[in-house]
Amino acid sequence: MSHILTVSGLKAAIGDTPILRGIDLVVPPGEIHAVMGPNGSGKSTLSYVLAGRADYEVTGGSATYGEADLLEMEPEARAAAGIFLAFQAPVELPGVNNANFLRTALNAQRRARGQDEIDAVAFLKLAREAGKRLSMPDDMLKRAVNVGFSGGEKKRNEVLQMALLKPSLAILDETDSGLDVDALRIVAEGVRALRAPDFSALVITHHQRLLEILVPDRVHVMSKGRIIRSGDAQLAREIEREGYSALIQEAA
Amino acid sequence: MSHDRRITPRLGSDAGALIAAFDAQREALGAAPVREAARGFLAEHGIPTRRSEAFRYTDLAALARFIAPGAQGAQAEARAGAILHPFLAAQGLADVARVVVVDGLVSAGLSVPSAEVATTLVEDADEPGEGALLALNAMLTRGGVSLSVEAGVAAGRMLLVHVALGGAAAAHPRHSLSLAEGASLELLEIDLGEDAYLHNSVFDITLAEDSALTHVRIQNAADEALSFATVRPVLQARARYEGFCLALGGTTARHEVRARLEGEAAIAHVNAAQLGRRDGQVLDLTSEIAHLAFDTRSLQTVKTVLDGRARGVFSGRIHVAREAQKTDGYQLNQALLLSDSAEMDARPELEIYADDVKCSHGVTIGALDEEQLFYMRSRGVPAAEAEALLVRAFLADVLSLVEAEASRGVLERVVDAWWAQA
Repeated sequence: MSHILTVSGLKAAIGDTPILRGIDLVVPPGEIHAVMGPNGSGKSTLSYVLAGRADYEVTGGSATYGEADLLEMEPEARAAAGIFLAFQAPVELPGVNNANFLRTALNAQRRARGQDEIDAVAFLKLAREAGKRLSMPDDMLKRAVNVGFSGGEKKRNEVLQMALLKPSLAILDETDSGLDVDALRIVAEGVRALRAPDFSALVITHHQRLLEILVPDRVHVMSKGRIIRSGDAQLAREIEREGYSALIQEAA
Repeated sequence: MSHDRRITPRLGSDAGALIAAFDAQREALGAAPVREAARGFLAEHGIPTRRSEAFRYTDLAALARFIAPGAQGAQAEARAGAILHPFLAAQGLADVARVVVVDGLVSAGLSVPSAEVATTLVEDADEPGEGALLALNAMLTRGGVSLSVEAGVAAGRMLLVHVALGGAAAAHPRHSLSLAEGASLELLEIDLGEDAYLHNSVFDITLAEDSALTHVRIQNAADEALSFATVRPVLQARARYEGFCLALGGTTARHEVRARLEGEAAIAHVNAAQLGRRDGQVLDLTSEIAHLAFDTRSLQTVKTVLDGRARGVFSGRIHVAREAQKTDGYQLNQALLLSDSAEMDARPELEIYADDVKCSHGVTIGALDEEQLFYMRSRGVPAAEAEALLVRAFLADVLSLVEAEASRGVLERVVDAWWAQA
């Protein structure tokens, strides 16, 4: 079976500033990969470029999703094909009801895949159950998307979206940042519950804590727009112990 | 180039064609000193050009093209009915009491009397008015209705519908409404029409102590229409005027509210949503709210959505007289520009002579938020659907200010239909 995500020599810039300087990365189906690295190493840029954000210009290389050229697809087409980006800073949508938004997104994806839409009642049932598993208060579905949510609630809302949209490749951009220990556990369990042969994840994180629960199949370390080292879960522990500087010097 | 050029700003252009139209109809309209006085005003001042401050953003030059007197008779009524009935049926309003005005003439046949609202016909204006649109109305009006509700009566809901049949005709309806002490009414005013025409209504509203009027106007004029409405509420102590205008029709349109808060603790809400998208379309919300008594309050939220080459205007003046201490005046004007060629002109003015008042205004004009759009698209929502959701969200809070549920429902459906036509 082919890899779900194959990134080769990917380069991207904002304006004249190069940020990704040649990323090589392969994620097979069913695997969870972690991407770690110091601030400014390009981790978030990688996640945005894979999700299709327009303000980054791809200047070289390729990204293939299954058999498809990912970089040619609109963001909504990537989502319908099964890519989900959990934002580091989830965006507030004042005046847009959370449940309506989720149902609109789910049905738009289903339409794009030629599936029947889900009606409001059936959807609400699904959403409530998923919310309960993430210990979300019921009224979070009734509120405007992310408006007035605490940092932890926003992150949980991202995981709720993920649980309902059932992606085959989730990219989690520092979903653990700003969470207390309990919230972190809820979020991590939420992701772990999705583990399946047809679910892969790219987990961007600073911390070992999330990875202790998720247990990644591979860990990649980014620095200055490149992956400088890859290894198994042990690598994350090594980083937790010794920091990035030794790795970066070694790679230089 | 060197010529000594001294520009004398010319504030008025010739009103000759409009005056000639009046002279030709004088006999049919019936002699009245007020009409002659209005004619005199127009002859002297002309029609304001864009050099005049009040019409800097809204051009009246096209007024002179609309001089046909307007239709009447059974055939006109039948045509108007064919426009009116489908709209009322679609909005679930067929059974609500209504006054229907066709090309500026009240139609008894299409109207449905109300048990609680006394309705009499008005033939003339009672004053020529200061200003071209007021004078034009006073000179050419074919009348209108005078509505009144007795003291303490909760009169429920009523419709005031203007139907225009086009053919470059001009309609100048002249209405008045008075609520006696403690009375209440929900008035839904709807403008419909086809083809090209001029609508220029004047509506005088008198609210006695403790009375409450909800006045929702849906300006859904035809694409080629000029549409002007002047609404003049006068509020006594503790009276409430809950005004809302949804403007989306016409090539050039203005909804102008001149409110006078004359009694203590009177409250006026002058809210609006303007939706424009056609090339050259101008939607103008002008208001002048005069706080003339102690402890009065005015609240104003105006939201404008513009696409294509449409232009929006908001001129809002709050005047606080010396004796109007403890006034609370709030004005919020927000515009969402969906294209680079759309334009919003905003002019808030505060004129305050009292020293113990709370007045504020806020203006924001911007495009759709790219971050929000990307977030929605990254969840699989196609770009056009994401835009639609954001526009509806932008309008949600101003629509929610209409507390009358049935009227709000009509507004929401009209907004959705507007968006669906894009």
